[in-house]
Amino acid sequence: MMNDLIWVIIGMSLVTLIPRWLPIWIVGRVSLPRWANQWLNHIPYAALGALIFPGILSIEQGKPLIGLLGGLIAGCLAFFRLHIMYVIFGAILTVFIAKNFL
Amino acid sequence: MSSHAQEAIQSKKHEFSKGMMAAMPLVIGYLPIAVAFGVMAQQMGLSVWQAVCMSALVYAGASQFMAIGMIAAGTGMIEIVFATFVLNFRHFVMGLSLMNRLKDFSTKWKIVISSGITDETFAVASLTKGQMHPFYIAGLVSTAYFTWVLGTLCGGLLANMIPPSISTSMSIALYAMFIGLLVPAIRGKWKLGMIAVISMGLNSLFSLFLSSGWSIILATIIGSSIGIFFGQEEEK
Repeated sequence: MMNDLIWVIIGMSLVTLIPRWLPIWIVGRVSLPRWANQWLNHIPYAALGALIFPGILSIEQGKPLIGLLGGLIAGCLAFFRLHIMYVIFGAILTVFIAKNFL
Repeated sequence: MSSHAQEAIQSKKHEFSKGMMAAMPLVIGYLPIAVAFGVMAQQMGLSVWQAVCMSALVYAGASQFMAIGMIAAGTGMIEIVFATFVLNFRHFVMGLSLMNRLKDFSTKWKIVISSGITDETFAVASLTKGQMHPFYIAGLVSTAYFTWVLGTLCGGLLANMIPPSISTSMSIALYAMFIGLLVPAIRGKWKLGMIAVISMGLNSLFSLFLSSGWSIILATIIGSSIGIFFGQEEEK
């Protein structure tokens, strides 16, 4: 297995890198119809939603409320437009307290 | 050197360091995970350089943790590579969106930036308002990349001294970063907010019967297309 390992890494690298590169030539310099542009512009919001939930519930195994609480505090801090560093540290602190003291 | 050329270099440096600053939340999130990966990889039987090599060439956290687990379990190479493909294919969808936004960049820049697309760099770059300078994104993606690779190296070298678990308190960091980017961007824009919430719901639903890779991809594609039917675009 160990001798094959470099091939596993190279294989993983290729199947990760090629999908990262393909959009360069697919989107290219052509102008897309309005609906397609709109769809592509909405992808970040959809992707962020999907990346946050339900993954955030599993940061502490078997205790989804801890992740949820951290996320809610982060959401509140972000809503009041605090700098993102405060949002992150607020969430870390919340989870630290929830895990150790509640 | 003409003063004009000097000015151009100054502005490139300025944009690059702006990108590095934008990557700071990401450094906080990546570092503990990268270190944990370095430690864990060694416990699963990889050498330090193999772990660093994987971080440098694959550069996709979740798939790397999955792979070392599968390697330790003796899973075959084809299965590991295929599972990696599925898990990381979401970057293709993200790339479509980002490359459309950076349409005017040269192909050379697009290749550099695309190579550095992760969930986190994509999130930061695509929620940056206004025009982006190539050196800004270069600063962002290279800072993220070197944090990941150097973190892995540290974890590998200090494997005997560090416990392999990422503390729960730190593992909230990247989620908090996503929330910190998303919430201000959708504030007062109900349509964008709906797209995010619908995607959360879709991902919760799909993850009941699909692997997390497919689930995130489908939720992203369907969630973002729902916006088309909402009618007029709200301008920024």
